[in-house]
Amino acid sequence: MNSWVLTCLWLIPAAPFAASLIILSLSKARRKSAVALAIIGEVLALALSILAFMPTLQATGFRAVQNFNWFTFGEHTLRLGFLLDPLAAAMLVMIALVGLCIFVFSVGYMADDKNFTRFFAYLSFFSGAMLGLVIANSLLLLFIFWELVGLASYLLIGFWIEKPSAAAAAKKAFITTRIGDMGFFLGMLWLYDCSGTLLFYDSGNGCLESAGLAMLGASATFIALLIFCGAVGKSGQFPLHVWLPDAMEGPTPVSALIHAATMVAAGVFLVARVYPLFSVDAINGVTPSLTVVVWIGVTTALMAALIAIAQEDIKRILAYSTVSQLGLMMVSLGVGGVAAGIMHLLAHGFFKALLFLGAGSVIHGCHGEQDIRKMGGLRRLMPVTFMTYAIGMLALSGVPFSFSGGWTKEEILHATAQWPKSQAPYYLLLAGVVLTALYMTRQMIYVFFGNGRSASERAHESPRVMTMPLIVLALCTIFFSVVLTSAWPWLHGYLTGEPVHIEITRLVQPMLFVSLALVSAGVVIGVWMYRKAGVQDRDRPAEIDPLEYAQPGVFEFLANKMWIDDLYDHTVIAFSWMAARLSDWMDRYFWDGLVRGFGGVGQLFGILTASVDERGINAGVDETTAGARGLGRLMSGAHSGQIQTYLGAVAIGMLALLLLYAWLA
Amino acid sequence: MVGLITAIIFVPLVGALAVCAWPQGGGRPIALMFNVISAVCALALWRNFDATAAGLQFVERHPWIPAVGAEYLVGIDGLSLLLVLLTSLIIPFALLAQPVAGSSRAFYATMLVMQSALYGTFTAQNFVLWFLFYEMSLIPAFLLIKIWGGENRDRAATKFFLYTFLGSVAMLLSFLGIYFAKGTFDFAALAGLGKNGLLTGKLAWLAFAGIFVGLAVKVPLFPFHTWLPDAYQSAPTGVSMVLTGVLSKMGVYGFVRLLLPLFPNQIKILGPWLLAVAICSIVFPPLAAWAQRDLKRMIAYLSINHLGYCMLALFAIAASPVVAAGIDTHAALSGVFMQIFNHGVTAATLFYFVGLLEQRRGVRGIDDFGGLMQRTPLLCGWMSVAMFSSLGLPGLNGFIGEFLIFKGSFALAAAFTAIAVIGLLVTAIVFARAMQSLFSGPLPESCSAFPDLVRREKLVIVPMTLLMFAIGIAPQFLFNIFNTTVTQMARLFA
Amino acid sequence: MTPTLQVFLIISATLFSIGLLAVLSRRHAIFILIGIEIMLAAANLNFIAFWRFGPQPQPPTGVMIALFSIAIAAAEAAVGLAMVIAVYRHYHTTNVDQLDQLRG
Repeated sequence: MNSWVLTCLWLIPAAPFAASLIILSLSKARRKSAVALAIIGEVLALALSILAFMPTLQATGFRAVQNFNWFTFGEHTLRLGFLLDPLAAAMLVMIALVGLCIFVFSVGYMADDKNFTRFFAYLSFFSGAMLGLVIANSLLLLFIFWELVGLASYLLIGFWIEKPSAAAAAKKAFITTRIGDMGFFLGMLWLYDCSGTLLFYDSGNGCLESAGLAMLGASATFIALLIFCGAVGKSGQFPLHVWLPDAMEGPTPVSALIHAATMVAAGVFLVARVYPLFSVDAINGVTPSLTVVVWIGVTTALMAALIAIAQEDIKRILAYSTVSQLGLMMVSLGVGGVAAGIMHLLAHGFFKALLFLGAGSVIHGCHGEQDIRKMGGLRRLMPVTFMTYAIGMLALSGVPFSFSGGWTKEEILHATAQWPKSQAPYYLLLAGVVLTALYMTRQMIYVFFGNGRSASERAHESPRVMTMPLIVLALCTIFFSVVLTSAWPWLHGYLTGEPVHIEITRLVQPMLFVSLALVSAGVVIGVWMYRKAGVQDRDRPAEIDPLEYAQPGVFEFLANKMWIDDLYDHTVIAFSWMAARLSDWMDRYFWDGLVRGFGGVGQLFGILTASVDERGINAGVDETTAGARGLGRLMSGAHSGQIQTYLGAVAIGMLALLLLYAWLA
Repeated sequence: MVGLITAIIFVPLVGALAVCAWPQGGGRPIALMFNVISAVCALALWRNFDATAAGLQFVERHPWIPAVGAEYLVGIDGLSLLLVLLTSLIIPFALLAQPVAGSSRAFYATMLVMQSALYGTFTAQNFVLWFLFYEMSLIPAFLLIKIWGGENRDRAATKFFLYTFLGSVAMLLSFLGIYFAKGTFDFAALAGLGKNGLLTGKLAWLAFAGIFVGLAVKVPLFPFHTWLPDAYQSAPTGVSMVLTGVLSKMGVYGFVRLLLPLFPNQIKILGPWLLAVAICSIVFPPLAAWAQRDLKRMIAYLSINHLGYCMLALFAIAASPVVAAGIDTHAALSGVFMQIFNHGVTAATLFYFVGLLEQRRGVRGIDDFGGLMQRTPLLCGWMSVAMFSSLGLPGLNGFIGEFLIFKGSFALAAAFTAIAVIGLLVTAIVFARAMQSLFSGPLPESCSAFPDLVRREKLVIVPMTLLMFAIGIAPQFLFNIFNTTVTQMARLFA
Repeated sequence: MTPTLQVFLIISATLFSIGLLAVLSRRHAIFILIGIEIMLAAANLNFIAFWRFGPQPQPPTGVMIALFSIAIAAAEAAVGLAMVIAVYRHYHTTNVDQLDQLRG
């Protein structure tokens, strides 16, 4: 019944792509048609995704592959393909659903923007590329869509292009992710060279199938790490995380869709997709490449959570939170918990989109203010936003029971605890859990509790077109946990292909208490620390953060993002710029100097020859003529015109002849 | 269909005469008319070209100067056809670029002479004839820069002419050496002899060096490239388009057609050094481009980088110590051919855009613009497409060639290819910077009266951009032209 | 004193020298013409002398040449005088010092 969807998987990304193209060709004034088209495209994509999702339920380990020839070069053919398996299907549904919510939200949020139609064109374009990314059955096709989502991200971050900071952030995002992509590109080339194909699955000949993997040998580690570079760039992992917080310059729906729910998760998805490459020759589930993934993930998770504590911008806090959560997912993948990582990815997609849209609603209500210190007391003014935001916050902090994020986080912790190599990541992640709860509590207190401050004076609840998506996402966040709990880990089973039983007793596990205790600790510390936030304290002015008051050094370190951006500015960027200047200088003065030197030598030779000509040969001729002319002038003096002189000369000549004759004779 | 190649070579020459002889008008309509004729010829060539047959097609052979082995020998294979098509594509658009000051009839006539020389260069199969056309393209180019160029045109034109001419002289001497040893100027015959060494000892190295320098200047290869930024910068827009779109391909064409088949042993010995030179061409010019203020100069530097990829692939094929496995050589060669075509299309379009900006603003420094997206969204949008194509974004033409080049080169010379990736990155930086300073930020007073694209401009931009998309998404139609040639050449080089 | 060839030749040379002196030293064109005539006369005298003392002293060979010469001298004098008159008409002088049109 669903077979036609499996052969027409390309339709899923094609629908939003087509919508995007049509919208681009519309005039600026056709706002209604643009929205209609974008939403129709997204609904179509969602419907097709659900249709494609259905057959994957029927059999465990379902996999539908559809390969085709892209082009033939020489005598060889490059093949691409589409793939549908539980991983792809789950991602499809999540992306399309979250995407649709955000499309609807944007209608309200962007209502006043003059480039409204272009915004929807870009969003649709992104949506198409992202959907294509998850169903690619070829590393090359994945890379193509990977770059296209990067392009969409670039365009959307810089959407308010007249703002120089937005344009700078867009450039930063584009270049930083491209650094990672170059590693990805090299990894892809290497893989292509070793295995002879870039298709993941090709009835036994794909590069992720056992025959293909066997051809890799020792290079598998390097290939995996190079591909991981791409994931590091896209998913904002340390040390390439710097672009993601800056990307918050884009409109908030963009931050929600691209920089929270979907695109940044593409790195995690990529690692999950090519997981067989990472786990080649695994001993006890540990390979060098996976170890790198774990440590990068741990570093990122902890670092970003720390930085988030000291940020003032509501979106920046969420951005660092995203970075931190992505680190968490990476750890999960690295320690072998692929399913747990993907589950967290999906859950995170919902609740982080919810949080960002909530933040968008707050910003909209506060007329564009993003500084949490200027908000406060919004609980009463924006009740729907508050309720939904609180659900998101609880899910992000990892409160279990009915919030999806809690269950998935617990599963990750579980997987990490069992990592044979070291226990350190586990304990560091536990610290990360406390920090997450802490910074979210801080944000909640600043934004929604306490007294109203400057920005919240004229605040109002957002229109229904914006609150409805919030409610939908909040419901998703809650009900999604049904398939996540340890009592009925349906999603786990769906992703891994293992059979699943319902067993209520498993609901209560030691990890649950550990998690609960840590989250409570975070919340309690947060409430205690920030109970007076934004209010005049005994000897602390209202605008100074309590942490800043207590530990100014630590706060400054964190507020300045650990000076990583500054470090890059003064090392990598300064160095590259110097290299550029040097290249230019070398070109202008050294290489061109050599050329000019050669030219100069030629010219010198010319001058030399010319001077020999002038002074030697030519001068000789000149002198001769000058001499002849002088002689002539001398002789012409004798031509006095006096006949008698001539005759006298004749007479003297004759006399001389006579004398000569006489003398000879 | 015999005679078609001769026709395509001489149609522009007749056109040049017609432009001169026509009593009034600017000459552009007539030049375009003759371009339509030559385009029809080129399409006829394409249509009647047997893509599955190996070897030369449409061969015309007449004795010319038998005493020195010079023949009128023209013919095309896939590579030649590709370049003929590229020439037919770029020149009309270059003619449509912003009009030059001064005597425009002479300008169009000179352009047509250059076009004829280009067709000749890409179809001649005998060295003497080839060299004749090769040099014949040089003189119009020199005049076009010298007479109708911008700032510093005298210097730039002289440098361009002397530099390339010196290279040509070196090449001519080398070929004379080869002729005295082997007694033929026929490319196919020489290629057949190349395997066993055309010359021996020092003479072989001298001949190699001569031809190498001649072609390296033309491509140009680092460090013989310093004439290029000056020339491209000074030339009027249309000429820059032709210089980068077609003329710069003559060097790469020469490498494929001459140096690689004739001197396989020398290249193998020098392999790592040549690859290092190619890497320098890939890495340093884009860095220099980053530091440029002049947009034309910036694109000129990126041109060096893009052709550097071609040289990387060619040297990787020729220098690879192992006998090249089929797929890698095929990928690299196909990539080179694709890249030649794509770079022609993309770089010419970029120059056209810079011309448009210059026409509107009067200057073309990167800091002279800003906030254009608010004023001219269409221009910015289409120009971004060309820029993304140039930096190798998938879905556009640039990616196909670069992917294949990297695929092939990585297998043949992995370490060098890994370094070459820096070039891709820096190119992205350069364009990101350009887009930031041109399109974003507040709209300055000086740019607030810019008109957006007019219909005449769309006439150039839309077809070019659609072509970029077509090649980027479904490139098979181009591959069909040269797949057989690739296979054949791969066999020759292996 | 017996009239010998030597005597005649000495007279003739003297005459010639007188004529030459006249030609070289006088400034008036007419006097120069007269000097020329004297030099011609010296030449004629030489003819006669060489004829009379030569191996064939029969008439009229030597005389004939002298007669011709005199006739030519007369013609020459006529031409010369005409030229002098023409010169005078043109330059308003017959002083040869002032007639330096031949100067190179």
